[in-house]
Amino acid sequence: MKHTIRQIFRSGKFVVGFSIFVTILLIVIVYPLIITGEPLGIIGQGTFFPPGIYVSVYDSIGSPSYTLFLDDAAAKRIASKLSNDDRLAMKDWLIADGVPENQIDITDTEKLLDLWEKEYDPDKGLPGMTFAKQRYYQRLNDSLEGLLSTEAAIIAAKNAETGVLEETGVVKQSDYVNVGEVASVRVLPFGTDNFGRDVLTELVAATGVSLQIGLVAGLIATLIGLTLGLLAGYVGGLMDDVIVFITNLFLVIPTFVLLILISFSIGQEQRGPFVIAVVIGFTAWPWTARAVRAQVISLRNRDHVNLSKLSGHSIAHIILTDILPYIASYVIMALILQISLGILQEAALSILGLGPKTTEDPTLGLMMQWAMIYQAHILGKWWAYFPPLLTIALITFSMNLMNTGLDQVFNPALRD
Amino acid sequence: MPDDKKSCLSGSGLTKIFGLGRQKTVAVDHVDFNFYEGEIVSIVGESGSGKTTLAKMLLGLINPTEGEVYFQGQKRDISNQKKKKEYWKSIQAIFQDPYSSYNIFNKIDAVLLDCINMRGGRNLPHAKKVELMTEACSFVSLKFEELTNKYPFELSGGQMQRLMIARIFLLKPKILLADEPTSMIDACSRATILGMLMNLVLETGMTLIFITHDLGLAYYVSDTIYIMERGKFVESGSPDEVILQPKEAYTRRLISDVPKIHEEWDLSTV
Ligand SMILES: Nc1ncnc2c1ncn2[C@@H]1O[C@H](COP(=O)(O)OP(=O)(O)O)[C@@H](O)[C@H]1O
Ligand SMILES: [Mg+2]
Repeated sequence: MKHTIRQIFRSGKFVVGFSIFVTILLIVIVYPLIITGEPLGIIGQGTFFPPGIYVSVYDSIGSPSYTLFLDDAAAKRIASKLSNDDRLAMKDWLIADGVPENQIDITDTEKLLDLWEKEYDPDKGLPGMTFAKQRYYQRLNDSLEGLLSTEAAIIAAKNAETGVLEETGVVKQSDYVNVGEVASVRVLPFGTDNFGRDVLTELVAATGVSLQIGLVAGLIATLIGLTLGLLAGYVGGLMDDVIVFITNLFLVIPTFVLLILISFSIGQEQRGPFVIAVVIGFTAWPWTARAVRAQVISLRNRDHVNLSKLSGHSIAHIILTDILPYIASYVIMALILQISLGILQEAALSILGLGPKTTEDPTLGLMMQWAMIYQAHILGKWWAYFPPLLTIALITFSMNLMNTGLDQVFNPALRD
Repeated sequence: MPDDKKSCLSGSGLTKIFGLGRQKTVAVDHVDFNFYEGEIVSIVGESGSGKTTLAKMLLGLINPTEGEVYFQGQKRDISNQKKKKEYWKSIQAIFQDPYSSYNIFNKIDAVLLDCINMRGGRNLPHAKKVELMTEACSFVSLKFEELTNKYPFELSGGQMQRLMIARIFLLKPKILLADEPTSMIDACSRATILGMLMNLVLETGMTLIFITHDLGLAYYVSDTIYIMERGKFVESGSPDEVILQPKEAYTRRLISDVPKIHEEWDLSTV
């Protein structure tokens, strides 16, 4: 036993798979201890905030300010306000207005802005321009105001008594705050989702729930499959015929169709993660049953089983001590496979809208469903669907690696 | 052989058919026999002639397709688990392949303890059990202290087969069925193991059903020889009758094979 475990951990594939899996598991366990807070709490007003570090503007003003003279600060400021698309749009307007194309250089920000200031008239409608387009130019023009100015901005607050604006501070362009000294900063490595929830926190919670669904589904499938396979294989006779018939019945109907039908008939309200796990487990056992049966049949005529019978052992004793240990390694591999299949099945069901009900617990499948409904993939909000996708891929990949490693230990013929 | 021979195990029309239709194999084909108490009977035949299948039917491990087995003159009744357990107190076996005869997850102690339990010694004090196991092991020149807490696969094939004999020593059944017990053992330990087996049989007076493909060996050890060909008993009788005046061509071929096995084994003709 000890020897086998040592061998397992000497298999490179198993170790890599095991490390990935344990890392995921550790994150799922440790993360909620550090970042406390509702995984499904809505923190953002709006959809799909991009990943990044969010610094409170209000708190920045109150934080100690430092003066830094950075050469490229002005250029960066303008560049961030004036995207390449904006520059092209400005060029279009100017051309339509009659400015010769060779006089416009969109890479020279200062010249472009000068030209714009001189020519642009917000009330002038150019031929063929839609109202929406005209509005866009007006907004663009507003945002350009003061872009080249070097003036400081004045911060004012309304006096509660007199209702008069009073100056409370001045922000110069060379003023900086240290992010570490700002009272409120929130890191959103994967931004927010369609409901304004922190994707990372949600992802960690969803991974935990998905793993549990996989575990429950895998355990149920393996337990049923193992029991039926042992009975069919060892007892044989009528018992075998009945079990094989039921197994084949399940195998003929595609599992996923069955899963869809059952999930649908249960109804949205009754579908918690646990129910979904049980449903998946109850549809996934036939492969295990079939494989276990085949293994038991090849074992039951072995001499050590005959000798155990001759020693007066009961059927239960023989199944438990003379059959089960011989197929234990196989059953563990089947369990791992069933767990990863369970996670995939949940995701597939959720994407079809037949997963767990959506209000209480996130799952990896639900996250992808939400992202899909809100068209994250079309809008290019990769952070809403890519992290759960990658997590599912990593989990199944790590489990399959572990299985391959185990297979190589248990079947010496496969060793390379 | 005493004159008042009592039947110990007999069969009539015993048949085993495996499979159906075109896959059908008649492994044992309507055999009749009568084994007497205290006798050493050899069943001799080529590989595939149905010896092991017959042995398993005699042991009650598989059900005959047709025919009956009589145990001590009575129709054998092993219709439920309890009756089977009773039957197996009287008949035991040593199988051909020692490597597949043991559960590799059980320690050697467990194998021997099972035998003590089966003989009703479940509640004996531990020291007494150890004494019994030590005695059984020393009968086959093994040291129990060296075997305890070891697994069967840590032993050599010969040692494993000796442990099987120790098992029979503890169980003391009326009938022992030995299915080619030495054919998978290296030539050096073969004679030793056979000697131990014969000692045990002589000491306890048990009936031995000795299955072998080696007619010379059968001649050497048995009181009665049955020759088996393709599931049928084609000839039977005392060793002298069978070997010196063989009636069947098959028997003559088996006899002529005995020295040839050592002389003319030429791979180029295969
Ligand atoms: N469980 C089984 N299923 C089908 N055929 C079997 C089975 N066991 C034995 N046979 C067949 O029965 C015949 C006799 O086999 P066996 O009794 O093992 O012969 P022996 O022990 O004399 O070598 C062989 O042809 C073998 O293939
Ligand atoms: Mg055989």
